Amino acid sequence: MQRRNFLKTAVLGAATLPFLRYLPAEAASRAGTLVVVVGNNINSLDLHRKGTNRPSYQVTVNIYDRLVRFGVKTTADGSLAYDSTKIEPEVAESWQWSADRKSITFKLNPKAKFWDGSPVTAQDVKWSFDRAVSLGGFPAVQMKAGSMTKPEQFVVIDDMTFRIDIPAPSKLTLPDLAVPIPFIINSKVAKANASKDDPWATEYLHKNPAGSGAYKIARWDPGQQFVYQLNEDWALGPKPGIKRVIVREVPSASTRRALTERGDADLYMGIPAKDSKELAAKGKVSISGAPIDNCLHVLALNLKYKPFDNMKVRQAIAFALPYKEIVQAAAYGRGEPMYGGKQATPADITWPQPFPYDTDLAKAKALLAEAGMADGFETTLSYNLGLAEWQEPTALLIQESLGKIGIKVTLDKIPGANWRTASLVEKRLPMHMENFGGWLNYPDYYFFWAYKYGHLFNSSNYKNPEVEALVDSTLHMETTDPQYAENVKRMIAIAFEEVPRIPLYQPYLDAAMQKDVSGYASWFHRQLDVRGIQKA
Amino acid sequence: MPDQLLQIGRRLLQAVPSVIGIVIISFALTRALPGDPAVYFAGAMADEESIAEVRQALGLDRSLVEQFFIYVSNLLQGDLGLSLNTGLPVLEELLTRLPASLELTFTGLGLAVLIAVPLGMLAATRPGSWIDHLCRVLVTAGVSLPTFFTGLFLIYIFYFLLGWAPSPLGRLDILYLPPPHVTGFYLIDSLLAGDSETFWAALRQLVLPAFTLGLFALAPIARMTRASMLSALGSEYVRTARANGLSHRKVLFTYAFRNAALPLLTTLGMVFSFLLGANVLVEKVFAWPGIGLFAIEALVASDYAAVQGFVLSMALLFVVVNLMIDLLLTLIDPRVSMSD
Repeated sequence: MQRRNFLKTAVLGAATLPFLRYLPAEAASRAGTLVVVVGNNINSLDLHRKGTNRPSYQVTVNIYDRLVRFGVKTTADGSLAYDSTKIEPEVAESWQWSADRKSITFKLNPKAKFWDGSPVTAQDVKWSFDRAVSLGGFPAVQMKAGSMTKPEQFVVIDDMTFRIDIPAPSKLTLPDLAVPIPFIINSKVAKANASKDDPWATEYLHKNPAGSGAYKIARWDPGQQFVYQLNEDWALGPKPGIKRVIVREVPSASTRRALTERGDADLYMGIPAKDSKELAAKGKVSISGAPIDNCLHVLALNLKYKPFDNMKVRQAIAFALPYKEIVQAAAYGRGEPMYGGKQATPADITWPQPFPYDTDLAKAKALLAEAGMADGFETTLSYNLGLAEWQEPTALLIQESLGKIGIKVTLDKIPGANWRTASLVEKRLPMHMENFGGWLNYPDYYFFWAYKYGHLFNSSNYKNPEVEALVDSTLHMETTDPQYAENVKRMIAIAFEEVPRIPLYQPYLDAAMQKDVSGYASWFHRQLDVRGIQKA
Repeated sequence: MPDQLLQIGRRLLQAVPSVIGIVIISFALTRALPGDPAVYFAGAMADEESIAEVRQALGLDRSLVEQFFIYVSNLLQGDLGLSLNTGLPVLEELLTRLPASLELTFTGLGLAVLIAVPLGMLAATRPGSWIDHLCRVLVTAGVSLPTFFTGLFLIYIFYFLLGWAPSPLGRLDILYLPPPHVTGFYLIDSLLAGDSETFWAALRQLVLPAFTLGLFALAPIARMTRASMLSALGSEYVRTARANGLSHRKVLFTYAFRNAALPLLTTLGMVFSFLLGANVLVEKVFAWPGIGLFAIEALVASDYAAVQGFVLSMALLFVVVNLMIDLLLTLIDPRVSMSD
């Protein structure tokens, strides 16, 4: 089945690089081919399908186009990273806000063509967006973040003009169109393969993508590898430099590292901080990475459980954490410190920014005494075995340090499969670690998910009417609004003072690559975007 | 011969209750796992509403009894369900992954037998000699070295330092495509297709993982060979055979080894079963797309259909392996009968 598909694709599109039973020896030098090793398997070629896992997002990123995309910037250390402030055209050639800012009209680019040669039309965009809001699950949630919930909001004006109506003006709508979710599907192909039970062709698109992107899927051997093949006709950006990308799934991190060091793998996505540090020191391969925007590794204290409802206790813990050791031992230095802020209130709206806490056991003890708990107390610290790489050393360091101020911590390891239920859905872990990162890079967006009561990532059960009101009024506000900075500063000030979530550090997303590979950028979706990569 | 066929039929019938039991237990146990697949598969940002939608789509909002009958009726139609984790039908996964695991296991076991049986025999005929000590060292190493360690160690030496072994990237290196599917065993399929290039490529990939597994399997086999050979060599029939002036060769192979082969074969059956389990770690280290890796990932994600399918296929495999061992035993020793 896969083989037949592959052959079909190969006949259709890959005349330049015929796949033989095996490739001739000169191809072993692999010019034009990029070999990528990753740790997780993908389980679908369709992001909208229920159950599609995170690693599968990268397929969508590379084989489908969106109306708009984010630009790329160079960071201070010379690495490339996406730029959340720069939104560029992709399928949309241009766009225009209405005067009341309640609708955006997009002009589609006539150069946008699906793989079968047909033009990308407004009908295709509408069908794809309708699908994103109708199939439910995570895609619907993400669309909702951009105020898009109903098919009626997507209007076809003519073949090349498309409009989105939103109930109230929002700064989040446009950036939300650049995340992986609202990708554009060839609706003619999809509809031809839909059925009454499956009007959105989820079964078909699961294995047979129909897009317009810069790469096509040449083959997919589940549990082993998938192969991207360049779409030579793609004209919506600078021409990609790699003809074929083989993404091989290698479950063992040690094997991935060996493959990279030996030079058999060109690019290693999502390298653990420890390997990243060591490989950088060896200097044989280059490491590229940037701090993940809007993401924090935090120690969360659950206000539903005593004594964490007491602000003084939370502050005491925030003064008792061994921040420096955590950044060194758990993040291997690949983390932006989030401690040691100088002022009790934020000077600007940078987010994340260091909190005004540092390791100060005397102060911690004094605060505990003020809270009437001078003798300390007992509690459990839960962490996710699926993320044991950084959570385990962090937990041990925290246990040791809190012991010094009389807080007796029992460690509680929770298997990855149960973690989400326990920490985020039932919110029943007294003290635990959390690592939310928001795709849309606005502080108010982070607060919306992590500080509003009942919201998924507010695993602390934190509830503050002022924060609720502030987030509600700020979430859709333009950043140019003078009130915006005021509101955000106030939010951050409250987070500083009340610390239901104590930030440990801001993590990095690193990739290791051979010296001849360039153009790698780190993205908010934490996936590989092949389009910009070059190989000498 | 019809008598034997009847006995095989009876044995197969005897397996039916255990398979039914396994179906029920695997269903119950997967449901007892603490994870919630709806939450897991709803994705990173899913809220309660979308979790409920996923739960409904997976049929997990129904009562357990209802779910069980749906599962059984699907099973009777040969439908093992869909693995959420890999997005493919469980049956398809098992059919592609089981041959990968079996190919590795058989090769590993074959290597182990080839080394362990002669070694055990030599050790038994020359107790206390250097070969006996070598046997002891290998057995101790095989038992005490965890397979993932042996695997990583071999990769480090033969791939990373020496560069003799191909990159540990599963069944075939990046430049090769799998041979046309006939048996699912790449070595056999590539030969059937007359494609020696792919055959050698598949063989090269197989060497390190098979040795890793072989070292692990070697220990019980060598020990068992040595012990049973020792007791056979000390027995009265061997003494009689020697006293009657039979050749050393004849005594060793016809009298001693044939009798020692019985417990050895039983051990082989057991070793085969636990090798399939031990595979998991080897598969992980060598990126081998086998069934163990599939099962572990399914367990982590509480992927019910996949776990159930895995347990069921393993149970069936055990039934078949035990049956074959019993059949072989009757061939070797006419005193063994299957009737009881």
